[in-house]
Amino acid sequence: MSVRVLFFATLADITGVRETRVEASLHPDTGSIFNHFARRYPLLEPHRNSVLYTVNSEFARPDSPIRDGDEVAFFPPMSGG
Amino acid sequence: MFRFVYEPIDAAKLRGALARPEDGAMAIFEGLVRNHSRGRRVRYLEYEAYEGMALRKLEETGALAKSKFDIREIVIWHRLGRIHPGECSIAIVVAAAHRAAALDACRFAIDTVKKTVPIWKKEFYENGEEWIEGSKAQAGADF
Repeated sequence: MSVRVLFFATLADITGVRETRVEASLHPDTGSIFNHFARRYPLLEPHRNSVLYTVNSEFARPDSPIRDGDEVAFFPPMSGG
Repeated sequence: MFRFVYEPIDAAKLRGALARPEDGAMAIFEGLVRNHSRGRRVRYLEYEAYEGMALRKLEETGALAKSKFDIREIVIWHRLGRIHPGECSIAIVVAAAHRAAALDACRFAIDTVKKTVPIWKKEFYENGEEWIEGSKAQAGADF
C-alpha cells in the first residue's frame, strides 16, 4: 500500500515532481517522508524550516502519523489573494 | 459561491447576481495584479493552487465569515493561471443588511484566504521569474 505525495510551487520546481507515491510501511509520519525526499533532492533542505505539511488536505505537523491511502502534500507558505 | 477560474473575473457581475432587496450593504474586495514588485517590473503572474484543498479552505472561510458576522451571503472567486497587471486575481463580495458586518466580513475573508488557502504566485519579470512565499508564522493558523 502507498501514500500519495504532492509537491507545489518552489518544491515542485526543485524535485521536478508534482505527484508521486511512497511505501506507507516505511514512513511513520510526514517528517519521515520529507526526509526521504530531502535526501534525494538536497535543494529541499533550505526549505525544511518553512515548509508546510498537510495530510488529506488538513494542515499537519512533521510528527503527524500517516496511514495507507493518505494524501500528503508539501508546500511553501502561501501567497494567494 | 466559491470557485477557481481561469478566465477574467467580473466583480460587477458577481455583485449583480448576489444582490437581493433585503440587502442594505454590499462590500466588494478585488485583489489586482500590480505592475511592479520590490523594485522590479512585473510582466505577469501565474497562480497555482492545491485545488482540492484550496476549495475546501475557501468554503471554510465563507462558513466562518457567516458564523462570525451578521451577513446574508458571501462569494469568493480566485483566478488561477496567467494574469496580467491590472487584472483581478480575487473577488470577494459580501451582502448584508448593514455596512459594518459587510465590511468586517470582507476584510476577515481576504485575510483568512491569504493565511489558509493553498495558492502560490510566481512573478515573471523582464528577465527572470520568482516564486513568492508568504510567512509561515501567518500560515494556516488552525494547526
